[in-house]
Amino acid sequence: MKAKDVLLNGIIKENPTFRLVLGMCPTLAVTTAAVNGVAMGLAVVFVLAASNLVISLLRNFIPDKIRIPSYIVVIAAFVTIVGMLMEAFVPELYKALGLFIPLIVVNCIILARAESFASKNNPFYSLIDGIGMGLGFTIALTILGAIREILGAGTIFGVPVFGQGFEPAIIMILPPGAFITLGLLLAALNKLDQKRQENQAKQV
Amino acid sequence: MEYFGKVFLVLLSSILINNFILSRFLGICPFLGVSKKVSTAAGMGAAVTFVMAMASVITYLAHYFILEPLNMEYMQTLAFILIIAALVQFVEMVIQKVSPSLYQALGVYLPLITTNCAVLGVAILNIDEGYDLFMTLINGIGGALGFTLAIVLFAGIRERLEMADIPEPFKGFPIAMITAGLMSVAFLGFQGLIK
Repeated sequence: MKAKDVLLNGIIKENPTFRLVLGMCPTLAVTTAAVNGVAMGLAVVFVLAASNLVISLLRNFIPDKIRIPSYIVVIAAFVTIVGMLMEAFVPELYKALGLFIPLIVVNCIILARAESFASKNNPFYSLIDGIGMGLGFTIALTILGAIREILGAGTIFGVPVFGQGFEPAIIMILPPGAFITLGLLLAALNKLDQKRQENQAKQV
Repeated sequence: MEYFGKVFLVLLSSILINNFILSRFLGICPFLGVSKKVSTAAGMGAAVTFVMAMASVITYLAHYFILEPLNMEYMQTLAFILIIAALVQFVEMVIQKVSPSLYQALGVYLPLITTNCAVLGVAILNIDEGYDLFMTLINGIGGALGFTLAIVLFAGIRERLEMADIPEPFKGFPIAMITAGLMSVAFLGFQGLIK
């Protein structure tokens, strides 16, 4: 096992949003603009990396029966730290993400990585895995946020991309836009995957 | 009288207008995970309603009678998630003892509720909105009823989708997302209900 493979695994092969379809609530809720997607993603990177590291360090001390509650306490502590830091340094983003900052606690990606990776691997790989998975999540959220922002508001990271004549499709930044955009993205990725497999079959 | 008007408004808006799944995006995991059959969806809805009503009241009491007097509001997230996890465990044991038949019906779904963000979400929302105890209960029940309504309708549609001829890349999650999107469009229609 190499550190690079562990890192890339989270970003591409097991991308939490596009491949594992985990952590859907924040994915759909905060991606009304690209910048919100980036901010949410980075908050998750921090929590995921830090909780993976700590859980991996403690993995030989936590009794098996109470491991889930213990993981939740560790995760909740880091979520509280992230919430307080964001409130102090980027109050506008904190307001935009609102409820979904404390809700990082119940994001299934974090508990899933704690259970399936950090509790079985050494601290270094667990840290790398947390960063990789977090970045995969960030990239997915940014793509989704960018598409919705371009179509729904005509801007990208707040900069207008179309001329005066552009009529934004408001539906894209309303709740239905989130479901429909993600549905179409997942279908497109499935199609690409299918194509690649067919090509591989031909070569063999 | 005015108070009851407000209560009704909170109830109506948490069921239809700010539907937990379709407009607030809380509880998407069980919404996608346990919506293959109407009967299991209804079971999940019932379990969530029960837990959400109880969690709303208990987190309210914990916030105003324990955290606030001690000036420890910053421990909210940590305290609430532990309360909810303990509550779910407790509810599971009580139901098992009191009504084995109900336990049989809900059994599998109960442990899953701990990681349902709708439960933690409603608890935090109640505090943020500054609701009193009764309103908190109403908001919890209303939100859970909205959740049940959405998941049962969605399961009904998915049962029929099983028979439909769906293009290969759309099978599974993509078509479920688009279905949910169209349902969400329909629920947008309720926006005008309260001015």
